Amino acid sequence: MAASPLLEVRNLTVEFATRRGKVQAVKSIDISVGKGETVAIVGESGSGKSVTSYAVVRILDRAGRVAEGSIGFSGIDLVGASEAQMRDLRGREISMIFQNPRAALNPIRKVGKQIEDVLLQHVQATRATAREKAIAALEKVRIARPQERYDAYPFELSGGMCQRIVIALALACQPQLLIADEPTTGLDVTTQKAVMDLIVELTRERGMSTILITHDLGLAAAYCDKVVVMEKGRVVETAAAAEIFRNPQHPYTRRLMKATPRVGMQLRDLLPDAPPEAMTASRTSVPNLDQGGAPLLIVENLVKEYPRPAAGSLLAKLTGKAEPEKPAFRAVDGIGFSVRRGETLGLVGESGCGKSTTSMMVNRLLDPTAGRIVFDGQDIGSIPARQFALTPLRRRIQMVFQDPTDSLNPRFTAERAILDPVLRMGSLRGRDALRARCEELAGLVGLPVELIDRFPHQLSGGQKARVGIARAIALNPDLVILDEPTAALDVSVQAVVLNLLEELRQRLRMSYIFVSHDLNVVRLLCDRVIVMRSGRIVEEGTAEAVLGAPQADYTRELLTAIPHPPL
Amino acid sequence: MLGLIIARLKTTIPSILGVIIVTFLLTRVLPGDTAAYFAGPAATPQAIAEIRSKLGLDQPLPVQFVSYVTALVKGDLGQSLTTGQPVTADLAQRLPASAELTLFGLLISMAIALPLGVLAAVRQGSWIDHLCRIVATAGVSLPVFFTGLLLVYVFYFILGWAPAPLGRLDAFASEPPRVTGFLLIDSLVARDPETFRAALSQIALPALTLAIFSLAPITRMTRASMLAVLGADFVRTARASGLSTRAVIGTYAFRNAMLPVVTTLGMVFSFLLGANVLVEKVFAWPGVGSYAVEALIASDYAPIQGFVLTMAILYVALNLAIDILYGVIDPRVRLEA
Repeated sequence: MAASPLLEVRNLTVEFATRRGKVQAVKSIDISVGKGETVAIVGESGSGKSVTSYAVVRILDRAGRVAEGSIGFSGIDLVGASEAQMRDLRGREISMIFQNPRAALNPIRKVGKQIEDVLLQHVQATRATAREKAIAALEKVRIARPQERYDAYPFELSGGMCQRIVIALALACQPQLLIADEPTTGLDVTTQKAVMDLIVELTRERGMSTILITHDLGLAAAYCDKVVVMEKGRVVETAAAAEIFRNPQHPYTRRLMKATPRVGMQLRDLLPDAPPEAMTASRTSVPNLDQGGAPLLIVENLVKEYPRPAAGSLLAKLTGKAEPEKPAFRAVDGIGFSVRRGETLGLVGESGCGKSTTSMMVNRLLDPTAGRIVFDGQDIGSIPARQFALTPLRRRIQMVFQDPTDSLNPRFTAERAILDPVLRMGSLRGRDALRARCEELAGLVGLPVELIDRFPHQLSGGQKARVGIARAIALNPDLVILDEPTAALDVSVQAVVLNLLEELRQRLRMSYIFVSHDLNVVRLLCDRVIVMRSGRIVEEGTAEAVLGAPQADYTRELLTAIPHPPL
Repeated sequence: MLGLIIARLKTTIPSILGVIIVTFLLTRVLPGDTAAYFAGPAATPQAIAEIRSKLGLDQPLPVQFVSYVTALVKGDLGQSLTTGQPVTADLAQRLPASAELTLFGLLISMAIALPLGVLAAVRQGSWIDHLCRIVATAGVSLPVFFTGLLLVYVFYFILGWAPAPLGRLDAFASEPPRVTGFLLIDSLVARDPETFRAALSQIALPALTLAIFSLAPITRMTRASMLAVLGADFVRTARASGLSTRAVIGTYAFRNAMLPVVTTLGMVFSFLLGANVLVEKVFAWPGVGSYAVEALIASDYAPIQGFVLTMAILYVALNLAIDILYGVIDPRVRLEA
């Protein structure tokens, strides 16, 4: 390590004033970042990793303040620095990249202009040269046709492209330290790889230091020199990246590593208290599929088309000069598959591949353009989505949604949410009977009964996920569609929820369609996997075959893009 | 952009047609017999019948409607029975007075409300935030005729700063040559500072009355929408890139916060068109509002129809302007056109 680190955080405590008094989000932590060093801060939500970075740049919100400790940045005391001094440092010496790149950009300002704003602010360009320099910055982050992109608005660009713009913005003034706060969360694996490679390459090239804030241990291991593990506002472990994975010291680090799905693991292995070899719910040991008999769900030649926006102006149309109509956009382009009773089918692919559209059509929330969806011998594809809720079949196909918070009505208690399908479609009536059913369901999903009178905002992410699952199984469905049910959860919570799902499937003999972009999770949970790209199936087969020995180039590309922690 | 305007204009046609039908029917079902009113209290039934047939009121409704629409197409809104003038001429004469008053009131209101709302959001919880709340609540809870009378009492009767509340110009000033019909603008065009000052002193109090009334919605909306935007991710990015406070609040936050405010402005403008009627009465302002009220009391339906129709068209035009403004501010709206 260099003699004097570039950034030295000592004994830092950050407090937030809340209605219930002061809360310490960060408790006397020490972090140092040397010149040219890449440091990961790893932790789950609420660990204080983002707050630490906001404190460094001094953009904590109104309620937060540094209560104790010092932050030194190449000889400057950042805690005591004036606001004007900080403004000079931000963007020029210390830059940040944020999660959710599209929201991080001003939606109504051209991206080129936004880069110019930063250049002009820090006197890195004059009005005359700003445009040219902004385009050069876009070129650096490998944006194709930077001249044109200069005039684009964020909503016209993809998520990965927006993150490149944010990186261009952050690196425009050649800062010494880059803080990347979950820069790739929400991006596809291949995009994640491209973005991370770009960040590492650009920072290495300039000899910059980087702090990567992430919940993903694999990402931290693949790209960083040093890893700082945080839990509940404290640093529990600091070690070299290679070292921490080989020999984690702190129990929390060990738990975190265990909960991260990896190749060659069993679902049970994710749980911290799994006794070796003993548990029942191992996927491979209990093949409880009905091998014979007709499949529960057969999908044939399914197509979903969306009309493209008409080209040309109204005037052109009136004068008959309009261009010929473009063919409709095929979100799902003639796919077919089947799901047997008690089987879990994984639907994998990157955003825009049509996996969500497919699941929506199977769930009968969306009408297919063509093709058949046969559920238990009945062609449900021909029942319009609007009327499907009126048929008795609605009870038998249920769904668990991606965002456990947004998919709950904030004004319903957990009990009301869980019982919602029972009240709408079930035959159960009477206060006591309903309450009993709700308690039974809560028991099934492991939600403490005393929590069922709470509202969503009083529940944790994992508890909300349990409510969503309890709601989906309330009517004993035959098929449950799981749309990235754990994407918004911490790894340790994800581990528990995945195990819960597997246990429920075996106990209630349901079939799952599991939609996900996380191949490691799919490998653990699914019997068979379908890999989709541009509305078509590129590969299908058993999970082991597809993910263990992929045949299609695309599947291989997806697999290699996943960052792996060293084993 | 042009496509957006054309598409938007097309959607206004049904509403205008609706307004024509409704105003026609409404004035027919209003209580009061126009013919009887005009014949006078001592008229014989025969005389009333004669006037009725002269006005075409004895015809069945559909026939009356057809002749009304035919005249409307020619730009003929009928004759006012009280002034004896064609309604079109009356409205053309009086509309600029009302428009000038309303717009000037709105301008004053925006000049106070926008900075106040922005400051209240930036310094949330400070004295300026409380001031903003008090001003807004007080402004909206006082009826316009009361604020108007209070202003007249204080500034004309007690302090003597304002001229008598008697119309657009005092008796000694002469109107500048008519260009836009807005005295403030016309007097500037005519390079006549004397008249400009006279017109300004006359319009100040009624415009202020309207401004006080419309402060609340604009201030509150600006504050709320600024608060939402200041919490947005892109403002954090702007701050983290070291942009100056002015750039963060002005270029980044304010322009984004303007979107809901612009929508509110449209609504406020239509409130003001309604509030105008009372303010014009208090300040003897020769606008369309007081004209319509007089016509209503006299059961003189042609001016009422003309007034309602004019207001409807004005409102449609205003909403069109707001939609265009939206497109200017937000590129995403442009795309949808």
